Amino acid sequence: MIKKLVLTAAAVALSATTSLAATEVTWWHAMGGELGKKLEEVAQKFNESQSEYKVVPVYKGTYPETLTAAIAAFRAKQQPAIVQVFEVGTGTMMAAKGAVYPVYKLMADQGEAFDTKSFLGPVTGYYSDTEGNILSLPFNSSTPIMYYNKDVFKKAGLDPEVAPKTWKEVEEFSKKIVTSGAAKCGFTSAWITWVQTENLSAIHDKPFGSLENGFGGFDTKFEFNGDLQVKHWANLKKWQDEGLFKYGGPVGGDQAATMFYSQECAITMNSSAGRAGVINNAKTFTPGFAPLPYYDDETKEPKNSIIGGATLWVLNGKDDATYKGVAKFFSYLSKPEVQADWHQFTGYLPITNAAYELGQKQGYYEKNPGADVSIRQIMRGTPSANSKGVRFGNFAQVRTVVDEEFQALLAGKKDAKQALDSAAKRGDAILREFQAAN
Amino acid sequence: MMDTKRTTFQNKWLPYVLLAPQLFITLIFFIWPAGQAVKSSFEREDPFGFSTVFVGLQHYARLMQDPNYLDSFLRTAVFAVAVTVISMLLGLLFAVAVDRLMRSARVYTTLLVWPYAVAPVVAGVLWFFLFNSSTGILPYYLSFFGIKWDHNLNGTHAMILIIIAAAWKQISYNFLFFLAGLQSVPHTLMEAAAIDGSGPIKRFFDISLPLLSPTTFFLFIVNVNYTMFDTFSIVDATTNGGPAQSTNILVYKVYQDGYLGLNLGSSSAQSVLLMLIVIVLIFVQFRFVERRVQY
Repeated sequence: MIKKLVLTAAAVALSATTSLAATEVTWWHAMGGELGKKLEEVAQKFNESQSEYKVVPVYKGTYPETLTAAIAAFRAKQQPAIVQVFEVGTGTMMAAKGAVYPVYKLMADQGEAFDTKSFLGPVTGYYSDTEGNILSLPFNSSTPIMYYNKDVFKKAGLDPEVAPKTWKEVEEFSKKIVTSGAAKCGFTSAWITWVQTENLSAIHDKPFGSLENGFGGFDTKFEFNGDLQVKHWANLKKWQDEGLFKYGGPVGGDQAATMFYSQECAITMNSSAGRAGVINNAKTFTPGFAPLPYYDDETKEPKNSIIGGATLWVLNGKDDATYKGVAKFFSYLSKPEVQADWHQFTGYLPITNAAYELGQKQGYYEKNPGADVSIRQIMRGTPSANSKGVRFGNFAQVRTVVDEEFQALLAGKKDAKQALDSAAKRGDAILREFQAAN
Repeated sequence: MMDTKRTTFQNKWLPYVLLAPQLFITLIFFIWPAGQAVKSSFEREDPFGFSTVFVGLQHYARLMQDPNYLDSFLRTAVFAVAVTVISMLLGLLFAVAVDRLMRSARVYTTLLVWPYAVAPVVAGVLWFFLFNSSTGILPYYLSFFGIKWDHNLNGTHAMILIIIAAAWKQISYNFLFFLAGLQSVPHTLMEAAAIDGSGPIKRFFDISLPLLSPTTFFLFIVNVNYTMFDTFSIVDATTNGGPAQSTNILVYKVYQDGYLGLNLGSSSAQSVLLMLIVIVLIFVQFRFVERRVQY
């Protein structure tokens, strides 16, 4: 009996030492559900590929929760080595110079190959400083696209293979769909701020804020209350009143997806990362994929759309061995096979050119029509100062403000101009607060 | 004056030792964080805490000029009064009804207490589904009366939704206390009144209700506290303070500005104000309302 106990104790001690030998790298992330499982699989595969480092992914809730948890942990000196931060947190992270270990510096310090040019331009542009150095590793980037219901299109007498290209067509098609009774509503949209305001501005090459959408410094002001945006918001209100458009809710607009899946709305606009969800839920109809619509009287050549999603930030205050592990893991994550696998499973963009080319070689895009809509939309044209992204401090708060003003518009309390003016004014106050604190 | 038993401690230190665990917990989990909140309400700090600047009363001054914050006050008042009144009235009604039952009282009590076991988040989500404008059952029935329910856009609808969800959960709690209060009303009094010819309604208003006043007073304080602090998760799970801030009650705004907006100074100032409001309310209640209470 005692012998047995001693043996087990020895076995436990031994296994403890072997696991101690591997340097642990904690990775806080915000990917739940299917995406979370896939992320854990990525970490697991890295751990199996070598024995020196062990990446431990920890799910910390939503994006805002993860960011706040990481900040609280940093203040308590309990921070993880890697934290996944969503794109609206970028301004906050960039301002926190003492907390962040820039990725380009980390890779250089640890002697890992890291070529900025191997990444997709619009993705790196969003996360680089003014000198063009990448500060955080792009991991899951998406861009909004249009999803439509081919069966409803057919029922309404439309060609199911032709998606509306312009907003005028969205209006026409929606009218046909609603009057023919093929569906109750023409279109809906997730993420009103991101899709119908930020991306709308970028596609039409209109500024969202001053100083190159905030890339040029903290002393920036919002300019999204321009003519184009006012016109678009007024249209959305008009289309809502006519029953063509249905609001999907604040922030991410969760109900947009529900209304699309239940065939209540024939069209929705949402993140390209919603692709997996659409394919899983569209059991009784065939979904189609298309670029976001634009106003053809405003522009003949729509610019690239901008990205959302998240990147991986490295936090200061860890030992060298841990950073070595982080650098190795980042090299692994940037491998074409790993990136292509992640991209094809989730609908996020392939982060590197090599991953995109690998997908093309594998014939993935021929087998999955529509899977490259997002990539082509983000790669089209040359990005301008208005279309390379947005970068503002406390941007999560600003998005809430824009959502609120949009609701006031739809509820008929304000017109489009008043709502956008008020959003810009309230947003500016938030920017000044951020400027004063940093 | 009733005779009171007094225990005297021989050892001078023993009472303090016995009190210590409770004091320790209060200090660590209440006084210390509250003190931190007061401190940071006078400071401006970046989220990571690299630079801290003393700004005095600036956060408070800004809040007083912010129409959204002042609106939030009004909304909180509407919400707190509605939830307290609805849940206490219904709790009392159910308690009176159950108190009159002989055999099935226990079954009804169990069933009526159930909602209290439901976490606020779940309560919120439950009502959210029932009221969901495209799939919920209640909007379907409401449409027969010509009401187009949409709490995503209609602020009044959203407010009604969170009031119902918050009150529904609290009815059980109030019910239980009222029932216990009613059961401790002396039978002799009721019988004497009945013999004198007063009906059940008169007996309720003349005997039960006055004797229930300590319970009512206690529940009133508990309910106000509940609506001020504990309803956070209901709002978070259903409306997120929207649409257009129409359900952004004070406690949710603290979270939104501090947690989501990372504006720690202003958020601390708001939580300090919220704490003061509740302290004042309770003070007023004890000072003025308690006088009318008969123990």
